[in-house]
Amino acid sequence: MAKGALEGIKVLEYGQFISTAYCCKLMGDLGAEVIKVEVPPDGDPARRYGPFPQDTPHSEKSGLFLYLNINKRGITLDPRASEGARIFRELVKWADILVENWGPGSMTKWGLDYPELKEINPRLIMTSITPFGQTGPYAHYKAQSLNVCHGAGVAKGIGSLSREPLTPPGSQSHFFGALNAAASTMVALWERETSGEGQYLDISEADCWAMLFNGVWYSRYLYGNEEVVRLGHRSNLPVYPWAVLRCQDGFISATAPEEAQWQRLVELMGNPEWAKDPRFENRVKRSQHADELDGLIESWFASRTKAEIFQACQEKNVPFSPIQDVREVVECPHLKERDYFMKMKHPEAGEITCPGPPYKLSETPWELRRRAPLLGEHNEEIFCGLLGHSPQDLARWREEGIVR
Amino acid sequence: MNMHNPGENLERKEKEKGMPLEGLRVLDFGWVWAGPVVGQLLGDMGAEVIKVESRKRPDFIRIFPPFAEGKPDPDGALFFHSLNRNKLSVTLDLTQPKAAELVKRVVKICDVVIENFSPKALRNLGLDYPALREIKPDLIMVSLSAAGQTGPWRDIMTYGPSLGALAGLDSLIGYPGERVLGWPLAYTDPASGLLGVFGIMAALRHRERTGRGQYVDLAQWEATSALIPEFILDYTMNGRVAGPQGNRHPHMAPHGCFRCQGEDAWITIAIETEGEWGDLCKVIGSPPWCQEERFSSRESRLQHQEELNRKIEEWSASRTPEEAMSALQAAGIAAFPSYGIGDVLKNSHFEERGAKVMVDHPKMKGEVLYGLPWKFSRTPGNIRRPAPLLGEHNQYVFCQLLGMSEEEVRSLEEEKVLY
Repeated sequence: MAKGALEGIKVLEYGQFISTAYCCKLMGDLGAEVIKVEVPPDGDPARRYGPFPQDTPHSEKSGLFLYLNINKRGITLDPRASEGARIFRELVKWADILVENWGPGSMTKWGLDYPELKEINPRLIMTSITPFGQTGPYAHYKAQSLNVCHGAGVAKGIGSLSREPLTPPGSQSHFFGALNAAASTMVALWERETSGEGQYLDISEADCWAMLFNGVWYSRYLYGNEEVVRLGHRSNLPVYPWAVLRCQDGFISATAPEEAQWQRLVELMGNPEWAKDPRFENRVKRSQHADELDGLIESWFASRTKAEIFQACQEKNVPFSPIQDVREVVECPHLKERDYFMKMKHPEAGEITCPGPPYKLSETPWELRRRAPLLGEHNEEIFCGLLGHSPQDLARWREEGIVR
Repeated sequence: MNMHNPGENLERKEKEKGMPLEGLRVLDFGWVWAGPVVGQLLGDMGAEVIKVESRKRPDFIRIFPPFAEGKPDPDGALFFHSLNRNKLSVTLDLTQPKAAELVKRVVKICDVVIENFSPKALRNLGLDYPALREIKPDLIMVSLSAAGQTGPWRDIMTYGPSLGALAGLDSLIGYPGERVLGWPLAYTDPASGLLGVFGIMAALRHRERTGRGQYVDLAQWEATSALIPEFILDYTMNGRVAGPQGNRHPHMAPHGCFRCQGEDAWITIAIETEGEWGDLCKVIGSPPWCQEERFSSRESRLQHQEELNRKIEEWSASRTPEEAMSALQAAGIAAFPSYGIGDVLKNSHFEERGAKVMVDHPKMKGEVLYGLPWKFSRTPGNIRRPAPLLGEHNQYVFCQLLGMSEEEVRSLEEEKVLY
């Protein structure tokens, strides 16, 4: 096994569902040593999310859990109990990084907030991921990914104007928050090399959306008097084509903001007479006649497949691409050649195929170092091996329900 | 903010003191969004970021309105201002061999190079990773291309939305049971950019320990497909191909966006547990339908969610989103309005969280830029300078950093190498 870029970095993950898990997965994927803490008796709720093979729920077979928790060791521990908190502090002493997502005030309630933990490990970098952050009027509001996407101004750009705005699919608030947490935590780790000191990072999913996704549109609202508006299959930018259009066997993402791209598209369609209409002479004018143009382009698309249109357009440097469904993504020859999907053997779930490296590092390649842990799989290894407790202690904690 | 005084450099160094990435120098070939946001994030945290463009081929985002003075002007493009704050600008016409040589001299004094062109672009200019590594062996370089540096589709041209299409993301967007609508905005750009920052920081840490640089081949498509694993796994495990999801969730119902009083006014509600369901029924006045068999369990509510949503809308439609939110949050229910950009900008929570920062730009006083989403307790980032004018730092980079004479720089300007 090659040495990872984060070899030797110790990460303690104490959270639930996606945000902490994806954040720490990114670190584990590059060689950091990650210990995932799950709360007994049931562990991470992602274990109950699925999808499950043959749709049969089983806490060791949830696809989402198995994907998010590769390259980690797993223990069960209830830090909310006082002895559990004491053991947790031992792990905090070991760790360089702690990532948690229990909501503002929770860690304080358990005696595990940053001021407490800093005392026992001044070099600790502690990162909290929450829907709305640790401060501000909404800090204590309850929110799922759905509420955060809508609340941070993301959904108003998706869907049809007369109907309800739509959230991005899956749990994107948690994934986007995780990406922000992972990147910022690495920045703090770099800083620690110079100062020798840790610090606390307050990552709000809503802030991440509002600034890093929507921030580029502030100027358009404030100085261009244009709100992001959902226009169904089209963008509300004064640019055409920027739409999802129908073809013979599905849909094409038809985005081509540059005039030269439009000219090449017109050529590709055989220089139809209508393309000479002065109403279509530039991208802004075209956007004012988008309904009509949708029909004209779709009539050319109608007798052609996604694959044919993709190939013909790309050959002419027209940046259209097919809307691929998940089957097409998994079967895609391009991703196959890049070895994107990985196969992972799991004692309960069998062999599963899921996304592998999201990027390729030349010196320290991404690696599947270990499959996702079974619930409490590494209890003995961590509690007795790493922390030096006796098997009797572990047995007692099991009886008390602190460990499963 | 002092942008143009002679002591600028000194002052900058002072301002970067104690910042997390102080002392790190980055060359940023990025354009539009995915590349520039990487440089922006590193710059916000204290790195010195040198952006390379030319008047012949400026960052494409400079052509998009709105403009500071109302008329098209590459220096007044406000989109550009937000993504390029804290950066320095040099203008080099990379098609000229002399300019490529100058880029190499800048790379020699940089730690990191960022680019998001198509794979052939820098190769054709003789400025790809193998070439740059020759002059800076421990260089860290990240390429954020559409489909990666290898594979049959590596040279495809795309924009953010067409990448979301390839990644499978768009196929999931639309109203359930209806046509695909897709996401007209480019989630792929910031999501990939963040992974780029993570990769760079990990590579820097590896360099510190081993002295070795490396190359990060980041395909935005792959970075995005990694964010919809539950749908991909449902195919690889069960052969199921998901379609448009609407606001639905596989395990929660109600889980949706409901019409409220007012124009385009909505409240989102997500119910996870039976306890929350009971609380929701109380908040909406325990109407008789709450007791109906079809809404009595999560499984059954999931099956009848369209009818359920219409019932909830009977309650929400006579309330403003804020009224609905207050009532529901008071009962511990996950509920929040669906906001637009304007709502976010006027909102006291986002205000308090620093979503807006006022910056003076030579083309616009008191311009609002988006703030820094990462709250560091000890070493926060900042905005030290506005986005640069095209070529504003040619003198600083070529004379002060590289030690060239002013005459040399002037003649390179005349030859339009610096252009």
